[in-house]
Amino acid sequence: MVNVIETKLLTKSFNSLTAVDRLDIAVESGEIFGLLGPNGAGKTTTISMLCTILKPTSGTAKVNGFDIVKESTNVRKSIGIVFQDPSVDDRLTGRENLYMHANLYGVPANQHKTRINEVLNLVQLEDRADDILRTYSGGMRRRLELARGLIHYPKVLFLDEPTLGLDPQTREHIWEYVRELKKTHDITVVLTTHYMDEADRLCDRIAIMDYGKIIALDTPARLKDTLAGDVIMVKANNLEALKALVAEQLHLDKLQRVNDTLEITVRNGKSLLPRVMELATENKIFVESILLREPNLEDVFLHYTGRTIRADAAREFHGISAMQRRKIK
Amino acid sequence: MTELRGFYTLWLREVKRYLRNRTRIVSSFMQPLLWLVIFGSGVRFSGDIGGLTYQQFIFPGIIGQTLLFTAMFMGISVIWDKEFGFMKEILVAPISRFSIFMGKMIGDSTDAVLQGVIVFFLGFILGVPINLVMFLAILPIMLLTTFGLVSIGLTIASYITDLESFGVIQSFINLPLFFLSGALFPLQGLPEWLQVASRLNPLTYGVDALRTVILGGAWQSIYPLWMDLAIIGGFNVVLIAVGTWAFGRMK
Repeated sequence: MVNVIETKLLTKSFNSLTAVDRLDIAVESGEIFGLLGPNGAGKTTTISMLCTILKPTSGTAKVNGFDIVKESTNVRKSIGIVFQDPSVDDRLTGRENLYMHANLYGVPANQHKTRINEVLNLVQLEDRADDILRTYSGGMRRRLELARGLIHYPKVLFLDEPTLGLDPQTREHIWEYVRELKKTHDITVVLTTHYMDEADRLCDRIAIMDYGKIIALDTPARLKDTLAGDVIMVKANNLEALKALVAEQLHLDKLQRVNDTLEITVRNGKSLLPRVMELATENKIFVESILLREPNLEDVFLHYTGRTIRADAAREFHGISAMQRRKIK
Repeated sequence: MTELRGFYTLWLREVKRYLRNRTRIVSSFMQPLLWLVIFGSGVRFSGDIGGLTYQQFIFPGIIGQTLLFTAMFMGISVIWDKEFGFMKEILVAPISRFSIFMGKMIGDSTDAVLQGVIVFFLGFILGVPINLVMFLAILPIMLLTTFGLVSIGLTIASYITDLESFGVIQSFINLPLFFLSGALFPLQGLPEWLQVASRLNPLTYGVDALRTVILGGAWQSIYPLWMDLAIIGGFNVVLIAVGTWAFGRMK
C-alpha cells in the first residue's frame, strides 16, 4: 500500500500549549482514516496543518507526496476540505457555489458543467441546485460542501466533524455518500469526529487522539479486541461496596465507575453475569439493572484515557451553542 | 490562467452579491439624495462658492462620499466572510493571495462605482448639467479612486474579527476621510494642520478630479487633473501592496 499522507514528528504549539505533539502517522491510499478524540485533542489542528492552513511549529508532513510547507500550492490542489464550520456563500445558489469552487481550483472550463452535475447527483441536490443557499437546511448545506470538496477530484478528502449538529437521518446519509465515494472515486478520506459510532461504522482505521498525541491506532475491530471481553454494566444502590466485592471475590480488576454505573470488563460475560448478581444478593445490595454488552469504541477510549468521551462532548455542545448564539447576535 | 480564473470568479461573486441585495442598493442611494436635497438646500443660503450654487458644488463631493462609504462597507464585508466561514474556503484554494485580494478588491470597487453611477444620474433631478462625455470621463476616475478606498477597507477588515468594530470604522475612518476630502466645503478655509491632513487623504484628489470634470471651468481645481490621477495612482500602489500583505498573513 502507498501512503498518501505521512507525518514525521509533526508538532504545533500555541504559546505554552502543545496542541499536536510529535505526531507520526501514515494514511494509506484509498482508506477512510478517522481521527477520534474529545474536544481539544488536536484533531482540527492536525487537519489544519495537513491542509496548509496552519504551519507546523516543528516536524514535517507529506500529502500526496508534497511537503505541506514547501509545496503548499500542490498540496492544496491535491485535497478537498469540508470544514467543521459552514463555509458556503449563502447568497449564491448551490450551483454558483460549485462553479466558483471549480474556478478557484482550476477545473478546466469545459468540464465545469459535467462535474457540477456529477457531484450534485452524488449528494442528491439536483432539484435544489439553482436555489439560493439561504433556503437550504443544515443537512443540505453540509451535502453541498461535500459536493464542493469533490469537484476538483482531490486525492485526499478531509472532513472535519462532517456530521456535527446534524440529525441522525442526515448523518446516515452523509456516511453513505462517503462510503460511495471511496468505492467510485479512488479517494482517501481523513475525517475527525468525536462520535464513536461514526468512527466505528465508517472508518477503516482509527487513530484515537488525546492531548495532542495518538494513544491508539488500529482498525475498529482490533481496537475493540484489545479490551479482550464484554462489558457488564450494573446499576445498584451501593456501587462502591459492589465494586470492592467484585474485585475481591471474583478477582476482577477491570472495573470502572461511570456516573451511576459500574462497568466490569470481563472475558466471559455470560457466565460472570449471574455471579455478579449472586454476589450482590448475598450482600444485600439492591441491583436496579444489569446489562451485558459487547465493547464499543467508547470503552476503548475509556481504557486508554481513563475518561469517557461523552463528558467532553457535553462540554463541546455547550461551546457550539454559545458560538451559534454569538453568530445570531 | 488558474490565477486569472480565480480572480474572475471572486470578482463575479462580489458583483452578484451586490446586485442581489436590492435593499442595499435602494438604501445607499437614499443617503446621497438626503445630502444633496436637504443638506444641499439648507446650506445653500449661506452663500455660493466661486459662482457655483452649493448643490452644484457638493454634487461631485457626494459622488465621492458614495464611493467612500460603499467602498468601506464592501471592504469591511470581509469580516462577514470570516464570521460565516466563507473566507476559509477562499484562503485554502490553490491561488495566490494577490489574486484573492485583487478579485475581492476590484469586485467591491465595481459595486462602489455602480453606486456612484446611480448618484451621478441623480444630477439630472438636481439640474446639474451632466452629459455622456462627462459620464465616460468620470468612470475611470471613480474606479481609480475606489481601488485605494476598498484596499483600506479590506486591510482593516483582515485585522478585525468581530462585527461590532464596524461603528469604530465609521467614526475613525469614514467620517474623517469624508470631512477632510473637501466634499462639503472648500479646503482652503481649514487651519494649516487640517489642510496637511487633507493632503494625506486619497479621497481629496478623487473629489478634486471629479469636480474638475463635472464642473469644468467653473471650478478652480487644487491640482491639474493629471496630477490628481497620478497621486491617486501612487496611493493605490501603496494601499494595494499593504492590502495584499495583510491578506497574506490572514489565517
